[in-house]
Amino acid sequence: MSTYYSEDHEWIKVEGDIGTVGISDYAQNALGDIVFVELPDVGASFSKGDDAAVVESVKAASDVYAPIGGEVIETNGTLEDAPETVNADSGGAGWFFKMKIADASELENLMDEAAYKTFCDGL
Amino acid sequence: MTDLKRTKLYNAHIASGAKMVPFAGYEMPVQYPLGVMKEHLHTREKCGLFDVSHMGQCFIIADDGTFETAARALEKLVPADIQSLEPGQQRYSQFLNAEGGILDDLMISRLGLEGHTHWLYLVVNAGCKDQDFAHMEKHLPENVKLQVKDDLLSLIALQGPRAVDVLGAMAPAVKDLVFMTHTDLPVGKNGTWCHVSRSGYTGEDGFEIAVKHDDVESFVEELLSYDDVELIGLGARDSLRMEAGLCLYGHDIDTTVSPIEAGLIWSIQKNRRVGCDYLGAARIESDIANKQSKRLVGILPEGRAPAREHTEIQDQDGNTIGEITSGGFGPSVGGPVAMGYVSRSHAKAGSEINLIVRGKARPAKVVKMPFVPHNYHRG
Repeated sequence: MSTYYSEDHEWIKVEGDIGTVGISDYAQNALGDIVFVELPDVGASFSKGDDAAVVESVKAASDVYAPIGGEVIETNGTLEDAPETVNADSGGAGWFFKMKIADASELENLMDEAAYKTFCDGL
Repeated sequence: MTDLKRTKLYNAHIASGAKMVPFAGYEMPVQYPLGVMKEHLHTREKCGLFDVSHMGQCFIIADDGTFETAARALEKLVPADIQSLEPGQQRYSQFLNAEGGILDDLMISRLGLEGHTHWLYLVVNAGCKDQDFAHMEKHLPENVKLQVKDDLLSLIALQGPRAVDVLGAMAPAVKDLVFMTHTDLPVGKNGTWCHVSRSGYTGEDGFEIAVKHDDVESFVEELLSYDDVELIGLGARDSLRMEAGLCLYGHDIDTTVSPIEAGLIWSIQKNRRVGCDYLGAARIESDIANKQSKRLVGILPEGRAPAREHTEIQDQDGNTIGEITSGGFGPSVGGPVAMGYVSRSHAKAGSEINLIVRGKARPAKVVKMPFVPHNYHRG
């Protein structure tokens, strides 16, 4: 299982042809207290970079983009009642949705953990 | 952020780990390490300290040394009754343009300090202050002078149920103040000279304190030595005032609306509603008579999705009836809250409306404000 990161601070954990998507610790920290998450519909198809979900802090709403293309097969319903889970465990229990990966070669344009850390340090 | 101004507490904000953002020409703390949610709840439960030194502070003083001359002059520019202010009292009001649109909202105090009871002290919004000062210079008669005090005075707010315990320990006399009154006195171990008003912008009991620039850092340090006091940023200031149903200039009120449409008739005393000749008075009169005008209302969205500023408001048949002007998450409410203008047909509490959030109609109800009961000390 490998985890990849986008410059928009999404992560995707890949197991076979299934990717689980969430936002990074850097993102949850920058957003602050998360009070609402709008998840995509199961069955929705996204291309890389499409608006896939919305995350709202006390102050503002932010889009979550699809880090690569694919079809949504499951969403994390617990976030609807407990959006603060994203703050508490952004890389684990705070996942947003799972997708069936359309084209695994798109993963090549994402960063691994070390590269993403360097990217965040430069922000 | 090189062109931005800084308050005298800038270094204290940085030392406290504040996240600074540009706001109304100043570099201001939007939040501290505690975060917006906890800062908000801390203010409701204990006591929050806000730097509001970016706001404009000024005096209006008549050459003849009488309160009446100054009050009559200011009454040409605001709908509130100023002449009836007693020493030590204050009122909330608005500057209006000739069409009755709101140029700014402000606090007007008549000083209670002996020998100075003819002085009017005004606090105006940071983002409007330059135009407010120009507006007053333009309209005040020659024999009434405006003295801007931004080069002399900082302004801080201490808000929340413990504010009276903290400030009362530093100056017992402040405990005798009731909501919307003020006094001038030395406070704390250094005897710092302060103008202390029992008022604020959170819906909680508390104080707004004008203190000289040179004294403000040590004064704030002393306040922060009390366990109940935490620095609070602009983020929580906004969610606190929203839950309290208080308007934010540039969002809920601006030149496109009158005080009547904004639900501020309570700030216009009865003798000032008809037959007066202040700027915009005709609009006040006609808006009171005209039941068709839009109204600013409280809106409680169903579910958890916040409805932000500029969200479209529709009736249940899909007709556009207004727009959200302030909206977000209310930490004390535990859900989304909003304010917005709707046509009068839907302004009654209980009216069912739809909010168009990201293309989806989400149900909401018009409700009475405040969303969280005011906790003012009325004596």
